[in-house]
Amino acid sequence: MIATFDVIDIRKDFPILNQTIHGKPLVYFDNAATTQKPLSVIEALSQYYMEFNANIHRGIHTLAERATAEYEATRDKAKDFINAAQREEIVFTRGTTEGINLVAQTYGRQNLKAGDEVIISGMEHHSNIVPWQMICEEKGAILRVIPINEQGDLLMDEYEKLLSEKTKIVAVVYVSNSLGTINPVKEIITKAHQYGAKVLIDGAQASAHLDIDVQDLDADFYVFSSHKVYGPTGVGVLYGKRELLDAMPPYQGGGEMIREVSFGKTTYNDLPYKFEAGTPNIADTVAFKAALDYVTTIGKSVIGEYEHELLTYATESLQSIDGLQIIGQAKEKISVISYVLEGIHHQDIGIMLDNDGIAVRTGHHCTQPLMDRFCILGTSRASFAMYNTKEEIDRLVQGLYKIKKKLG
Amino acid sequence: MTINEIQDEIIDEFSLFDDWEGKYDYIIDIGKKLPPLDSQYKTEENIIKGCQSRVWLHAEMQDDKVMFLGESDAVIVKGLIGLLIRVLSGHSPEEIAKADLYFIDRIGMAQHLAQTRANGLFAMLKQMKLYALAYSTMSN
Repeated sequence: MIATFDVIDIRKDFPILNQTIHGKPLVYFDNAATTQKPLSVIEALSQYYMEFNANIHRGIHTLAERATAEYEATRDKAKDFINAAQREEIVFTRGTTEGINLVAQTYGRQNLKAGDEVIISGMEHHSNIVPWQMICEEKGAILRVIPINEQGDLLMDEYEKLLSEKTKIVAVVYVSNSLGTINPVKEIITKAHQYGAKVLIDGAQASAHLDIDVQDLDADFYVFSSHKVYGPTGVGVLYGKRELLDAMPPYQGGGEMIREVSFGKTTYNDLPYKFEAGTPNIADTVAFKAALDYVTTIGKSVIGEYEHELLTYATESLQSIDGLQIIGQAKEKISVISYVLEGIHHQDIGIMLDNDGIAVRTGHHCTQPLMDRFCILGTSRASFAMYNTKEEIDRLVQGLYKIKKKLG
Repeated sequence: MTINEIQDEIIDEFSLFDDWEGKYDYIIDIGKKLPPLDSQYKTEENIIKGCQSRVWLHAEMQDDKVMFLGESDAVIVKGLIGLLIRVLSGHSPEEIAKADLYFIDRIGMAQHLAQTRANGLFAMLKQMKLYALAYSTMSN
């Protein structure tokens, strides 16, 4: 355990941060898109290929057994990371998007019928909109949307009005990638369950910042991606309650997911393998464990506290800029700040900041309906991780002042 | 002036700047000075896809020459449109269609910005060439 959080020590673990962009030290504020990786993750990836690359589960030789053990160790770690009850409830996917599609195409297809309703919120990422639109269209079900207010909070009383016996699935984002809003997902789940609906929580943005306890939340499904939690790209986790996963049909057919195959009839493997057809992304899954270890060792409460300090500092600093408006001022936020500068296009901001070595994201952040809600085409967004500093925020503010002077 | 003479002129102008800060200031200046596009041309079909900002491009024939007009809601992109218009507008469709726009590379813009689809520079260029191609097919 690290006794006190020291960002200078943390930064030493992330070699990518130590570089210049266009002659200036890199400031990486695009963490909501993907986080950088600590050395331990990079080394775990390299070690896998240097020492024990083999196909998992069916091999009888030593390398295959070691690869299998390491791959399955990540499953155990992921189970602890979100406090799932059983390791069989952890399904590896390619990422959050695939997890949502899996649930929509299996649970959704099996359980939705014409006239049923699926509820999402007005701040969903396209990944948690389109898969539900697709299955609703196929089944003749109806997609309902919980509206949000000017601050970027969900209107919970409107949510309650949407709930009915027709509600079969509620799919809501834990933390908004565009606004930073932390949604009251536990309350959302409790209310949905009163109508017998199942709830999927999109944990893509939440999982690196908040302590996740799927049992306490009583979430039916919880999905997140490794690459937003300091791990490699191309791996994600779908958590599902065992009885639900058991009853669901497989998503894809192929190797790994079968028990016996004949041309007449195939029987399927047990959980979680039923949902893991084909050779999985072994290397990245193995290295994902190093990322989860890294975050757990420092402790999310310590990380969260530091990131909150950054958020408060950045919010105050940015608000001092005349003509800057922060989009998303929810009561509970993680370290994401979306903003618009009066009269200046977000693309210009992105290009100019990049020239100063500062990486932010600009555009609609894959949340076009949300941008429509605020009557804007896009924002620029600074999202902070544990390795960012107040000095870097100062550089962002200076950069924005310069842009204002040139373009305002 | 020929397309290449204009390109060489632009390369000379950009060689005065030793960093991108100066180059951007220059592009921004061009953007700010680009005359606004008449609202009748700001149509859905004149919007170029593939840009993070909205970019409109209008082309018309005047005395065998293609004249381009364009605008964007982002200033840097507007400056880039200004540069492309300066190079290509007022030339014959054939000249535009076969033009090799080496200035983009030579002023370092390709390396600096064009890797992402965000700036849409190549989308604009492609659209201008398509117009030229369409006009040259029509005149044949």
